[in-house]
Amino acid sequence: MKIMNCPLNGPRNISEFVYGGQVKTMPDINSVSDEAWANYVFYEQNDIGIVLEWWLHSPSSYWFIAERHNASDEILRTYPADELFKERIDFAASEADA
Amino acid sequence: MKRVSNQYFGQWVNADEKVRFTFEGKEINGLAGDSVASALIANNQWLQSRSFKYHRPRGPLTLCGHDANTLIQTPTTPNLLADHLRAEDHLAVSAQNYTGSLHFDLSRLLDWFGRFLPVGFYYKAFFKPRGIWAYWEPIVRKAAGLGVSNLKVKAPYNDKTYVFCDIAVVGAGPAGLNAALHAANSGAKVVLIEQEPHLGGSLNYHGFGYSSSSRATPDRNEKPDANKDSEIGERFSTAAVQRNNLVEAVESHPNIRVFRSATCNAWFTDHYLPVLQGTRLLKLRARQTILATGSSEQHVVFRNNDLPGVFMCSALDRLTRLYGVIPSTPVVVLAGNDHAYRTALSSKDGGANVTAIIDLRDRCDDSALSEEAHARGITLFAGCTVYEAASSATGHALSKVIVHRFHSDGEAREKVATLECGVLAMSAGFMPAYQLACQAGAVLSYDDETAQFQLSKLPAGMHLAGSVDSIFSFAAVEASGRNAARQAMRNLDAEVATDEDEKFTCNEQVNHHWPFVKHPKGREFVDFDEDLQIKDIVNATRMGYRDIQLVKRFSTVGMGPSQGRHSALPTARLVAKATDRSVNETGVTTARPPLTPEPLGLLAGRRFHPLRRTPLHDRHLCLDAQMMPAGSWQRPAFYGAQEQRAAAIQAEVNAVRTGVGIIDVSTLGGIELRGPDAAEFMNRLYTFGFAKQPIGKTRYAVLTNELGVVADDGVAARIGENHYYVTATTSGVDRVYRDMLKWNAQWRLDLDIANVTSAFSAVNIAGPKSRDVLTALGCDISLEADDFPYLAYREATLVGVPTRMMRVGFVGELGYELHVPSPYIGVLWDRLMEAGQAFGIRAFGVEAQRLLRLEKGHIIVGQDTDGMTQPDEVSLRWAIAKKKPFFVGAKSVEILSKEPLERKLVGFELGATAPQPKEGHLVIRDGDIFGSVTSCEYSPTLNKIIGLAYVHPDDSASGAEVVIRTDNAVHVHAHVTDTPFYDPDNTRQAL
Repeated sequence: MKIMNCPLNGPRNISEFVYGGQVKTMPDINSVSDEAWANYVFYEQNDIGIVLEWWLHSPSSYWFIAERHNASDEILRTYPADELFKERIDFAASEADA
Repeated sequence: MKRVSNQYFGQWVNADEKVRFTFEGKEINGLAGDSVASALIANNQWLQSRSFKYHRPRGPLTLCGHDANTLIQTPTTPNLLADHLRAEDHLAVSAQNYTGSLHFDLSRLLDWFGRFLPVGFYYKAFFKPRGIWAYWEPIVRKAAGLGVSNLKVKAPYNDKTYVFCDIAVVGAGPAGLNAALHAANSGAKVVLIEQEPHLGGSLNYHGFGYSSSSRATPDRNEKPDANKDSEIGERFSTAAVQRNNLVEAVESHPNIRVFRSATCNAWFTDHYLPVLQGTRLLKLRARQTILATGSSEQHVVFRNNDLPGVFMCSALDRLTRLYGVIPSTPVVVLAGNDHAYRTALSSKDGGANVTAIIDLRDRCDDSALSEEAHARGITLFAGCTVYEAASSATGHALSKVIVHRFHSDGEAREKVATLECGVLAMSAGFMPAYQLACQAGAVLSYDDETAQFQLSKLPAGMHLAGSVDSIFSFAAVEASGRNAARQAMRNLDAEVATDEDEKFTCNEQVNHHWPFVKHPKGREFVDFDEDLQIKDIVNATRMGYRDIQLVKRFSTVGMGPSQGRHSALPTARLVAKATDRSVNETGVTTARPPLTPEPLGLLAGRRFHPLRRTPLHDRHLCLDAQMMPAGSWQRPAFYGAQEQRAAAIQAEVNAVRTGVGIIDVSTLGGIELRGPDAAEFMNRLYTFGFAKQPIGKTRYAVLTNELGVVADDGVAARIGENHYYVTATTSGVDRVYRDMLKWNAQWRLDLDIANVTSAFSAVNIAGPKSRDVLTALGCDISLEADDFPYLAYREATLVGVPTRMMRVGFVGELGYELHVPSPYIGVLWDRLMEAGQAFGIRAFGVEAQRLLRLEKGHIIVGQDTDGMTQPDEVSLRWAIAKKKPFFVGAKSVEILSKEPLERKLVGFELGATAPQPKEGHLVIRDGDIFGSVTSCEYSPTLNKIIGLAYVHPDDSASGAEVVIRTDNAVHVHAHVTDTPFYDPDNTRQAL
């Protein structure tokens, strides 16, 4: 069984973690086309290489980011989500609503 | 057979302690320490099983549990290995896979018809015409089946344990012992795993004392008989002393934990090793792994090489040295390397009548060995082979071998001799026990020139020691063990700079390059498990299966219980030759876990079923509740005897509709949101508008995911400006909580999110008299409808307990959900039941609640929705705020709403006496499946069958008729009805 290093709890069995999908940037829902939104929702990066992923340490409910090579399955780095998401995100009202 | 038991021969058995067991009903006398197989051989019972396909007689091949020839069964367990199972008093052992008896197996006829059963026969013969396999399958399965499972046996106790160490060493032969000891001396915590019941590996049985390097040259010509014993002792004592010192040091070392009779059955990522030991499964996590798994001796492929009495040289060594069984019939050795000479010499010293050594090679590499064999009266046939083995009159035992000259091009030539013998020991070479390494991604390569194997591309932290790394000479094996420990220590950052690797050389050639002797009549077995001969493998390549993996799948070579330990190399060689490639090019088939068969009971362990109980569990039991699972929770289905199920549910429903009922809803999820951004967060996550929700009010909260699918629902109470308490479904709360945390890891809003599901427990007291009960109980706030209206949230003190009160309408009557800190719920329940007695209060369970909510047409997310359900399909458009900048599913819901609906969840009703549809029954439209029923109950209140089903939008108007296929394909015509079925104006819940 693989070991993953949780930034909060240290190295733990992979069975303690839950996969949360790739890290993706949500398009602006006021301007995005239907097709682009569908791509965002349904498609994940599938090239061979390093992918950014959400992982949850389930016993402590802690979400973090992992950099993993999807061919060798090597986890290169794990770090707290706030390294990537540094600032508060707000959603503007659409022009129609305003 | 003779039995001996001394420090060199019969080391594992005790001549003074007898054991008695039965084999096929016949009494067998063995010694304590015997395996079932060794005791059987000691009683001249070589025949121990029947082969899988041709039902040929078979006896032990390896005597170390590495072959399928010793598969036997006990009354409780099929498919045990006779050379693995220890002989014990009262054990009842029988053979398996025969028709009639082991000695007279009627299915033996299959062997004579064998030419009509070519390779791939099953694939070709039983699949035309279409469907014919259904007829043949039971017959073929019975003929080819192995042991019989005794279904009446009580499952044995099995458990698991977790073990951690710095370095795991697999195999306790000379390499493994040295590796473990060196690593432990350097300060590492070591776990040593040995398959056999004793440590030592080949040090226990191999004739190391005969190698020229470590042997004093005896004066052969003038050898006084009196010195014979001491001379023999000298040959064995060096290795024995060495072994004793090593084993003693290992066993007494505080840093080493030893597991005997334990099999490391796989290698998983990051050195996670499942180890089977008796009824226990060890889950071992190491930081480094040293494989000292040794090697599997290989057989020579000649006609009738499967006769009982033909086995490996190492098996003869084990038989004489470990179990002290000395054959009294003449013994012949078939040598492809020098190891076989040592077997011949040590067996002779043990008292066996070794008459001849037949060497496939033209000469022995170590001439001292052949000289000594000659001097000891053993006839040498150099450049010869066994062309064919012949059986005794019974056909169950070896009686003689026919010797032909053998050319190094692999062709047998003229006949040289016929040798009478009861035992033939053979060695064509050694194949590394590569399985664990290859499971870990290592690559096994083969040098076609030197016939040597090499494992490369080992994963980080895995090291090899000894013959698994093709190192065979004794000093080199020991050094390689210590070197592996040094490498492992370096990986652990230990200070070993001063402790340099030892240099050693090993150029011992152990593998004969072409140990195949083709015979016109065939029966030269490549794979004993699957009864595959030379022509089967060659024919597979002729049919176009050039790839070794395809040859395996077509011929089933290597798929038997011994998993290619003996068949992988000969198959690779045959395929290479037949397709004009090198063995390195063909490769061997992929090794996958598990290494040996795993009893399912071991994987199941003690079969824990973790259950969650609410704090009111015992009170439910006191009320005769029938409990049912709800996710991981146990909840009351109804209260009363199982036989009175329908009546009990009806009484509970009536209590709620006409009086008062109480239900434990502690399993409801509860999430607290606190902080300046709590309202903003609610607004982003749930579909409704929450920014302007007044304090002291609840709102229905629907969650859609990014795909616009209804994911959960609950009730959100605004406790304060910056404080929400949100309920979630019992099975959905963990996911909802995780999603909330994940979203806010991105949004970084200023709030705290806490899952308080088990911190709060709750009851719902519902029915027209529920307010009266609370009033009678005593409540410090006004419960009048004007002061505490429907959908309001209040905080009050009930019997001294701080209570969060919500007026909700899930069951469609006046009702209050009372949420209190879990420790207080018992007291509150007891007081409510006391106060309610005067009003006829009755506890109701999940079944009654389901009916009550169905009468109100309320959906249960997860039951009435699936992974595709969008809000419009379940008429939840009203719960979606039209004007807010964002919620998680907003864009997808918007896109979906532009498309016409594909289905709609509607209420339907049927006459009380119609066949009642069940959940999952199909909705039929124009003769085709269209949708399904998600909920359906008989409602005593309405005296109708009511339900919810997905139907075509054109059929969704009230009064439309839909066809439902019920049990036994009975179609019923139901009428679509507006919901709620009961109290359509929702007046009762708002009282």
